[in-house]
Amino acid sequence: MPDVSQLIRYRKRQDLVFNLIGLACTLFGILALVVLLADLMIDGLPRLSWQFFTSWPSRFASRAGILPAWVGSLCVMSVTLVAAVPLGIAAAVYLEEYAPKNWLTALIEINIANLAGVPSIIYGLMALGIFYGAAELGLGLKRGILLAGVTLGLLVLPIVIVTTREALRSIPSTIREAAYAAGATKWQVVRYHLVPYSLGGIATGTIIAMSRAVGETAPLITIGALTFISYLPPSPIQSKSPFVSFEWLQSGFTVLPIQMFNWTSRPIADFQQNAAATGLVLIAFTLTMNAVAIVVRYRVRKKLKW
Amino acid sequence: MVSSPAKGSLAATSRAGMVAAARTDYASESKLKAEVRGLNFYYGQRQALKNVSLPIPERTVTAMIGPSGCGKSTLLRCFNRMHDLYPGNRYEGEILLEPSGVNILSPSVDPMEMRLRTGMVFQKPNPFPKSIFENVAYGLRLRFVNDRAVLAEKVEAALRSAALWDEVKDRLHQSAFKLSGGQQQRLCVARALATDPELLLLDEPTSALDPIATSRIEDMIFTLKEQVTILIVTHNMEQAARVADYTAFMYLGELVERGTTSHIFQSPTNPLTERYLTGSFG
Amino acid sequence: MSTTAPRKITRLRPRRTAQSPGRLLREIVEWIAASGFFLAGISSIVITAAIVFVLVYESLGFFREVSLVEFLTGTEWMPQFADPKYGILPLICGTLVTTAVALSVALPVGTIVAIYLSEFAPFFLREIVKPVLELLSAVPTVVYGYFALKFVAPLLQLVIPGLPTFNMLSAGLVMGIMIIPYVSSLSEDAMRSVPMLLREGSYALGGNRLWTSLRVVIPSAISGIGAAYILGISRAIGETMIVAIAAGMQPNFTLNPTQPAATITAYIVEVSLGDLPHASIGYASIFAAGFLLFCMTLVFNIGGQMLRRRYHQAY
Repeated sequence: MPDVSQLIRYRKRQDLVFNLIGLACTLFGILALVVLLADLMIDGLPRLSWQFFTSWPSRFASRAGILPAWVGSLCVMSVTLVAAVPLGIAAAVYLEEYAPKNWLTALIEINIANLAGVPSIIYGLMALGIFYGAAELGLGLKRGILLAGVTLGLLVLPIVIVTTREALRSIPSTIREAAYAAGATKWQVVRYHLVPYSLGGIATGTIIAMSRAVGETAPLITIGALTFISYLPPSPIQSKSPFVSFEWLQSGFTVLPIQMFNWTSRPIADFQQNAAATGLVLIAFTLTMNAVAIVVRYRVRKKLKW
Repeated sequence: MVSSPAKGSLAATSRAGMVAAARTDYASESKLKAEVRGLNFYYGQRQALKNVSLPIPERTVTAMIGPSGCGKSTLLRCFNRMHDLYPGNRYEGEILLEPSGVNILSPSVDPMEMRLRTGMVFQKPNPFPKSIFENVAYGLRLRFVNDRAVLAEKVEAALRSAALWDEVKDRLHQSAFKLSGGQQQRLCVARALATDPELLLLDEPTSALDPIATSRIEDMIFTLKEQVTILIVTHNMEQAARVADYTAFMYLGELVERGTTSHIFQSPTNPLTERYLTGSFG
Repeated sequence: MSTTAPRKITRLRPRRTAQSPGRLLREIVEWIAASGFFLAGISSIVITAAIVFVLVYESLGFFREVSLVEFLTGTEWMPQFADPKYGILPLICGTLVTTAVALSVALPVGTIVAIYLSEFAPFFLREIVKPVLELLSAVPTVVYGYFALKFVAPLLQLVIPGLPTFNMLSAGLVMGIMIIPYVSSLSEDAMRSVPMLLREGSYALGGNRLWTSLRVVIPSAISGIGAAYILGISRAIGETMIVAIAAGMQPNFTLNPTQPAATITAYIVEVSLGDLPHASIGYASIFAAGFLLFCMTLVFNIGGQMLRRRYHQAY
């Protein structure tokens, strides 16, 4: 047995060494992020210009732009939002407020956790299968924005469900009891108390889900998102009656990550610059959304002191 | 011991003369193992101990009693510097550890040293997720004792001291979680004893146990005091009366009264002590 | 099954003998709401059922032409040839190699980061670092693919002469970086849920931080850490864009990470980009490959969940 001071010195050195290793590993992660951003900026920043956002794809790298890509991304995202958020909130409300404790509820719980781990490309295969199934039934579903948006919506559904459930769970039961005591029905409690009180959490989940969806590439490749597109989806607002058109939902489309993938796989260096510039736009989207989500979550946590 | 004597200890004692006088009073009882002098302790802004002074005679049991929140656990945790684990805690005053007379609260004393020299048992049994044997051997392995024979011998001795050997000798390599609550707590005592501590700190060790398990722990304490100086925090006055040689009554962070257990229980000097012992408050 | 929800409502609001029309209306609204929520609740099961149905249905067409034995044991994957070969082992190899490379980065680094943040780092550092690290998993995978192909591969070529531009090593390394936060966040949560009382027991015996972390905290949190590892593995197996961009799309029956090779996911991408007719067997092969992928990740997902449940029970 070494004497105590030696022992303490040895153990403290151990801690010090691990402190350095731990710090190094943590910095490695952060550094990787920084290098990635720097690499994209060096390659892509020179290409970012007004022209880049307003131009069509082109055979000439310097003339090419991402107009259809970002418009397509916005269109797909809006469908995703509509598909995922109401359904996700409703599912979360069911699991937290309505579901009886039985095997079906247990199955749903396990199933949601599993869905969150299913590779995104599998969702793409599912969508493709549904597309062909619809074609066989003569439903006229196209490989368009609607199919893409709904696919991504289902993909991010578990994220919305999980975060909404967390928000609902953090509402103390006294609120529910008070509302019931005042004579509210269950639907009224959900509608006027629980959902409004958990909006902060729902917003966080929605933003994170959207940031995940905007960067998804693989499922859209399998359903055949076009990589070279020279038109925009038809406008939802028409000059003639009935003034509103949903034709855009069936329109062909491309999105930012697909455009980036396409340019990345071309051998010419100029297209690589376009890819990097698209990556910058994409990463600006996702990182901003994540930062907003962190701020919202922090705010909600600070504000809500039940 | 190896660490240099506390540098600040002499300068800080403006009441040196007073304390020296107090010391001679205690000398009649027995040799001291430790002595708390003018100890103040703060959790951040909140003062939890106010000018506490307490002698700890060697190879005796000193019980600390008092209502919840009176600072008895806080005082106990000063002896092995557990408060250093959390930021914002602050000590003032001294705890002198005899025979070296080092102030163990001094910044020059490493908290790890005090923890290596003391053993502690907590309110709830907290065995590690390991076998019974490895739980007891934990402190030894920490000291690089890896010789099988030495380990086996020390583990057996510790388990015998904790009156657990006969119950577990055939299943030393089973998980400690398989033991009952009372056995787990005695295992924790054995774990603390395996490294021959100078002080054994018991923080309400029976508060989570049933009466039978409690009485086994009390019996064990009674035999253990021949080997080691014991400090026990308890909210159970009967327990203090049964196991302790000396009892200290604390209230709102202050030490109200300290004396032999029979003195405290039969003829307390302070009316507050008497009211507490008769159950008027607490 | 659909009667579950309405029954709940009637239990909640006991009937009275005389019912006003307003009351009836309210009950109808309640019934509609409850039914709607129930349908939303089971939607996730519908999704899973749809996935399984599509994969099984479309794979059946494939397995009518290709025997299951050939599929699972064949060492050549050449669907585009006149005499096509459908042995999926090369694709499985690609998936395993890239996954192994990714895990060799993500597991050690993620675990060390988790120990560091949970047991060593001061509070403010943890609060800042954790969300920043989680951004790593928010970066779109296509961007990682670009990074692997245009930055990491050339960098590695400086160290390993003769390394092809497309190789599994660079794809795997970048995938590992992406997975670090999956491993570190979940492991750290598991470690932090270990009760302080256990740590104090170790510190009271004179244990230092590293000793306490390795001997008490990690063994106590082991099932949570295991769950984190398994979810990381499942991520790596299913990752698509990084490998499709940086590891090449040619099936290659090799375990050498410095070689290019297609993974299961990359193959699906490759076929989707081409123009195979729906009725063709090559086309059906992506569903068979996808079904295998789904089963592989399902095993890990369920295993990870069982572990997670265990640690939730423990504390």
